[in-house]
Amino acid sequence: ADHDGPMKLGRLATEDEIAAWDIDIRPDGLGLPPGRGTVAQGEPIYTDNCAVCHGDFGEGIGRWPVLAGGQDTLTNERPIKTVGSYWPYLSTVYDYIRRAMPFGNARSLTDDEVYALTAYVLYLNDIVDDEEFELSPDNFTEIGMPNEDNFIPDTRPAEEHYAEKTEPCMSDCKPGPVKITMRAQVLDVTPDGDEEGGGA
Amino acid sequence: MSGRNNKSKSGVDTSRRGFLTAGLAGGAALAATGMARANGDPLITEIQDWNRYLGDGVDAAPYGMPSEFEAHVVRRDVPWLTADPVSSVNFTPLHELDGIITPNGLCFERHHGGVAEIDPADHRLMIHGLVERPLVFTMQDLMRFPRENRIYFLECAANSGMEWRGSQLNGCQFTHGMVHCVVYTGVPLKYLLDEAGVKTSGKWLLAEGADAAAMTRSIPIEKALEDCLVAFKMNGEALRPEQGYPVRLVVPGWEGNMWIKWLRRLEVGDEPWGQREETSKYTDLLANGQARRHTWAMEVKSVITSPSPQAPIAHGPGRTVITGLAWSGNGRIDRVDVSLDGGRNWRPARIDGPSISKALHRFYLDIDWDGSEMLLQSRAMDETGMIQPMKDELRAARGENSIYHNNGIQTWHVNGDGVAENVEVS
Repeated sequence: ADHDGPMKLGRLATEDEIAAWDIDIRPDGLGLPPGRGTVAQGEPIYTDNCAVCHGDFGEGIGRWPVLAGGQDTLTNERPIKTVGSYWPYLSTVYDYIRRAMPFGNARSLTDDEVYALTAYVLYLNDIVDDEEFELSPDNFTEIGMPNEDNFIPDTRPAEEHYAEKTEPCMSDCKPGPVKITMRAQVLDVTPDGDEEGGGA
Repeated sequence: MSGRNNKSKSGVDTSRRGFLTAGLAGGAALAATGMARANGDPLITEIQDWNRYLGDGVDAAPYGMPSEFEAHVVRRDVPWLTADPVSSVNFTPLHELDGIITPNGLCFERHHGGVAEIDPADHRLMIHGLVERPLVFTMQDLMRFPRENRIYFLECAANSGMEWRGSQLNGCQFTHGMVHCVVYTGVPLKYLLDEAGVKTSGKWLLAEGADAAAMTRSIPIEKALEDCLVAFKMNGEALRPEQGYPVRLVVPGWEGNMWIKWLRRLEVGDEPWGQREETSKYTDLLANGQARRHTWAMEVKSVITSPSPQAPIAHGPGRTVITGLAWSGNGRIDRVDVSLDGGRNWRPARIDGPSISKALHRFYLDIDWDGSEMLLQSRAMDETGMIQPMKDELRAARGENSIYHNNGIQTWHVNGDGVAENVEVS
């Protein structure tokens, strides 16, 4: 081995190797690559690479993800969770586009193109309104996301049904006969198990 | 050869489908059995093909497959759930399985960019960030670290997620089948991190896959050092490609999304990364518009796997076996209670087989069924005293839009014919 770790296994990573794989970006901007791109530059890139699934305005085609809109729907019966209405950090937009999009052709966009697309997604969500707005490492962390403050820690253990931890009821636990209130067969959306009859 | 045929010489279709169809229709199968009995069962009184003719030799199946009569025991998917089968999920056929170990070929799949096909000779694992020595390992290197064998369940955070608003999918494969449990062989993550030398400022770990989604999650360093494994074998053989071949992360008790497959990179940092899979996804929206994040542990949970909608009671009244699975991300299961009347009255079930922390537990309740309707429920309790809640209790605390972490008590309605349905009860 070329190092003095306890088991002397593996080898030291080179700087170029780390640079090639270290693509993650944090909310504080750590990891942002050099580069820049404007809303106006992002629009044709989006049209060419993204709109076929996500729609011209980020509205989503079919069941593909909706990217824009949905502000003030998080308490609705059917919330619309988008970059603008739900995502806490802009860094995630850049990071995820660069790492995994377009779906089926990941890692095909330049860093500048990802800046331009990120700016365009901000524009689709009315978070910036100027088509000449340019996103770069210089102003990246100044962009606040509307829903950032609505994320809270895991408070499940404090929920009433867990917190009590008392011996559960074993007999006569409900008054009167139990009634069926909902049936899956009414909805009838389970795939037919094929000719074997599974799944009804 | 007729020995591979579904028809017995009595003409009774012995396949599962025929069994169910005939059984549910009543009459026909019983009548045939009755006739057979009058003159002696021809399956006994007549020489069968498999008694007479030779079967396959040992060279016929270098890698064996289940009997053709088990062809219905397969993973299934629900096409309408997702936009595309490449970023989607399928379901373990829990209703057909027993014990606590899931066969490798039946372990549910969840991919975000399809199955990466990687030659292990081409695979690399990098550790970098806040470490003394950034390192690159080959698979050969990983195989030289000390190994451990551990049995754990892996449950998708979205298991039962379609049921938040009420009964939707009719079968425990679909309502609870995003779970599997195997023996993992791997290297404690601690050994790899020690090899690189985590700096005292290192508080978080980013794990990343080599697939087209480059799946990433932030994991607190305490968990990484406690019990995570970098695993290359499941149930004794190499990981299946769909389970991360050649190497995946094992994060015991925590939501399946964090068990990064095709693991290629571990970065040590001082803050979480706020990745897509821990902001947009795997955060749990509450009724008030706030969302919980970092909801890592899978809560105490159970389900009756038989009888269930895909596994009706086909034998009529009398002795029957109620069986199911229980598990908790907090540790071992202490107890499972079963109700036949929708939660009014409960009796303890029998846990059989090994009781292993953060693994599936198998329970049974052997009853004499009088043929009357039942509303079957199971309720698990884990060693920390956590009790599986009712779905309405979860909804009262969280609303109906959390998507993830639905561990509410499941109800199956069993009618007088033994047919079971997914229902909700008052």
